[in-house]
Amino acid sequence: MSLTNEQLERYSRHIILEQVGGKGQEKILSGKVLIIGTGGLGAPAAMYLAAAGVGTIGLVDFDVVDLSNLQRQIIHQTQDVGKAKVESGRETIAAMNPEVKVHTYNEQVTAANIQDIIRDQDYDFILDGTDNFPAKFLINDACVLLKKPFSHAGIIRFQGQTMTYVPGEGPCYRCVFKEPPPKDAVPTCRQAGVLGVMGGVLGTLQATEALKYILGAGQLLTGQLLTYDALTMAFRKVKLPANEDCAVCGKQPAITELFDYEPPTCKLRNTRVG
Amino acid sequence: MSIAANGFIDITDVTCPITFVKTKVALEDMEAGQILEVHLNDGEPVQNVPRSLKDEGHKVLELTQNEDGTYTLFVEKGDAS
Repeated sequence: MSLTNEQLERYSRHIILEQVGGKGQEKILSGKVLIIGTGGLGAPAAMYLAAAGVGTIGLVDFDVVDLSNLQRQIIHQTQDVGKAKVESGRETIAAMNPEVKVHTYNEQVTAANIQDIIRDQDYDFILDGTDNFPAKFLINDACVLLKKPFSHAGIIRFQGQTMTYVPGEGPCYRCVFKEPPPKDAVPTCRQAGVLGVMGGVLGTLQATEALKYILGAGQLLTGQLLTYDALTMAFRKVKLPANEDCAVCGKQPAITELFDYEPPTCKLRNTRVG
Repeated sequence: MSIAANGFIDITDVTCPITFVKTKVALEDMEAGQILEVHLNDGEPVQNVPRSLKDEGHKVLELTQNEDGTYTLFVEKGDAS
């Protein structure tokens, strides 16, 4: 693969970087990233990854664009209200960078389909942009079982957190959080609200991790949880040990098959705000 | 004297920073110690390209002005990249 003159120009600010260069940009161009949820986190992540030239981007979302999404889900425009989010996302990416191949999965991830979705393009890196605990644990378990690296993130109000899982290089999400909190113990963004930019900050950090993983550059957030408090502008990194007794990635895992914590929520109950 | 180069690139048809980008990409396909001959314009390119190449650990061997005002640069690929 050799870069065309147009690619040299489009990606020139990358190629100039010592850690990227032409070879690194070629890695990005052949990179494959799956983004689960095209909401607050997934929208900016998808846009930056598309702009960066990630060759294959998968978008998973079952929802349609709602007027209340537009305050933060910047991949969707006012005219897209009512349209499937994955279609709206595809159109934005195509306009930004026609080089990117977009695969859409207009469905909710479940134990029954998530492995097939990840295997569909044999994605290199998965980005969790979902807004609910069942999905987050499902993505974690699927990535552990399929030995795929992924970036976790969550946002609410003025707060966000993110961590990166790489097989064999530190704890998984379940090592740290064990299992979902009781239903309704933690409010969703719909109930609690979220400052629109939080998705931009955390989603962009997730995209950064995806690019660094593809490039093999720098240190990933493995074994660390990065938290961000926008009110105090405090970033904190908390060290996370791997848990030998983890139910999915521990020495004697109890979880060897995927399962759903709760049946898929009704499409009409729009709680997707992640 | 003239230096025997292992490769040649003409960057007189592009402007900064594509000048450096093209030179960098050309060097990536070469082995450390090999020499690239670069044909470049006066002004920004001749000010920036040799400096950027040095910053990335390459060795500028010779820079000479041609009769038409353009320059010829010989750069040896460093070990780092």
